[in-house]
Amino acid sequence: MLDSFYIAWKYVSYNKIKTATLVACITLITFLPFSLELLLNESERQLMSRAVHTPLIVGAKGSSLDLVMNTLYFGEDLPELITMAASDRIADTDLALPIPMYVRFKARGNPIVGITLDYFDFRGLKIAQGRQLAVLGECVVGEKVAESLALKPGDSLVSSPESLFDLAGIYPLKMKVVGVLEKSHTSDDLAVFVDLKTAWVIQGLGHGHQDVTKIEDTTLILKRTESNVSATAKLFHYTEITEKNMASFHFHGNLSAYPISALIALPYDTKSGTILRGRYLSKEETQQIVKPEEVIAGLLQNIFRIKNVLDAVIAVVALATVLAVILVFALSLRLRQREIQTIFKIGCSRMTIVKLMAAEIMIIVLASAVLCSVMIFAVQNISHELVRMLFIR
Amino acid sequence: MINVNALEFYYQKSGFHLNVPELIVEKREKVAVIGSSGSGKTTLLNLIAGIFTPNAGMIRVGDVSINDLNDSRRRDYRITHMGFVFQDFELLDYLNVLDNILHPYRITGALKLDKSVKKRAVLLAEEMGIGDKLKRKANDLSQGEKQRAAICRALLPQPELILADEATGNLDPDNKNRIMDLLFRSIEDHGATLLAVTHDHELLKRFDRVIDFKDFGC
Repeated sequence: MLDSFYIAWKYVSYNKIKTATLVACITLITFLPFSLELLLNESERQLMSRAVHTPLIVGAKGSSLDLVMNTLYFGEDLPELITMAASDRIADTDLALPIPMYVRFKARGNPIVGITLDYFDFRGLKIAQGRQLAVLGECVVGEKVAESLALKPGDSLVSSPESLFDLAGIYPLKMKVVGVLEKSHTSDDLAVFVDLKTAWVIQGLGHGHQDVTKIEDTTLILKRTESNVSATAKLFHYTEITEKNMASFHFHGNLSAYPISALIALPYDTKSGTILRGRYLSKEETQQIVKPEEVIAGLLQNIFRIKNVLDAVIAVVALATVLAVILVFALSLRLRQREIQTIFKIGCSRMTIVKLMAAEIMIIVLASAVLCSVMIFAVQNISHELVRMLFIR
Repeated sequence: MINVNALEFYYQKSGFHLNVPELIVEKREKVAVIGSSGSGKTTLLNLIAGIFTPNAGMIRVGDVSINDLNDSRRRDYRITHMGFVFQDFELLDYLNVLDNILHPYRITGALKLDKSVKKRAVLLAEEMGIGDKLKRKANDLSQGEKQRAAICRALLPQPELILADEATGNLDPDNKNRIMDLLFRSIEDHGATLLAVTHDHELLKRFDRVIDFKDFGC
């Protein structure tokens, strides 16, 4: 049999293009379903693991999927905003602990997540370098953000404007990096965490500027009365919160009317959770409460339904590939008829021909298997990032 | 060496009929077989080699009655006792010259490939003047070199009988004479018997004997 392999090896290595084509066909058709299965399993694991650890999410009525994806994975689709009153409403029920979140802005491509300190406890996030958020204008970055942007405590990070053409809108805020989180292998690694108030400062709801009561430049004053001073747009707004100007930062209006994208509700027990869910069932209700696990299960169900269709397509393509490979071997056998006749004449049996063909097929299948294994191994190694890229962000 | 008696072979569909009443070739004899195209010269070689089975008659090669052997033993006998030289050389493009010469050893269990065989193959190739081309692919050789490699392949198992079917048919006159010189010398050196089918009447004087198929009425 070794001699058959030797001759078969010589044949397949001589006919490089034919061999490469066959190996590529078999490799791809084997790799495709395996890698798909691998990625879907990984996506199920990633999506579910975070969802099952988040009891309830409250947000504006609309797409529950957008709400969950934005709250859990800081997805790009911003759900309809709600206000801080929603958080107060839950706190008042004494049924759950509300953790308001405002996921809207970005800093160099990474989501800025406005939260309260409860979020870190809830997710079990620990500071690897530096310290926790303490004052306005500070941020704590996830491990991957720190690595990709080469950030460490003491560095600065500027928020990105939502639109280049929004000149009168949101100013970039230069934030001070005070901490880097430990790696959590979740979306938190890719986020920039700020206090909710800092997020509102980014939006312009809170701001700091020159003291209008003390300025003498009349071009900065629009209207001055005894109780009120209106400034012109020429008034200098601070784009960085420092110790010197921190006192000048202030918020106008009622904080409970300030926007948040969602809030995570942590019921004190199962019963409280059920009661809380019941309070959002009314038709007139403008907010929804969702169980992320159910929403993600629905999403996965759809993904797996699509996967079933894909599996069927792949099965048909695989069958076509197998038939094509058989055809190639059959045609090759016909083309090699003369060679086979010569071998017969010299004195070999039909079994020798079968062995030679079997050895050729085995070499091609083995090469495909090795190549496929390497590719699957590579996909397995990057599946975490790949899933984040393809399914989550 | 070869003893054919009352041999009959026919294809019913085409009406081809070969009838050889008697054919005897002595050991170490070099015999040429001539005859018109389609008269059955190649068929006779195939019958003697045991590739075809006669409808009637007897074929003996050495002490063995070829048509009494079963398929497997006939193949083993052929590969160990007979060497084939073909008109189109029939070398395998994907093997180098040395692997082509060693090919019979790799496709049967009846021959054992060891270092001494490889050494003998190299020596044989050197004798044939292609010792420096052993690593080349068969396709890279000239026609003459290809036939030399094919002769090496036929001679390597040290067969008692060489069956040559138009061995010089695809060669130019210079190459033809050179190849025949080499073939005859090798056969003499190895003490083999040669039965060669040829159309080339210029070569006939080199043989000990010529059998004309006309004598069989074909």
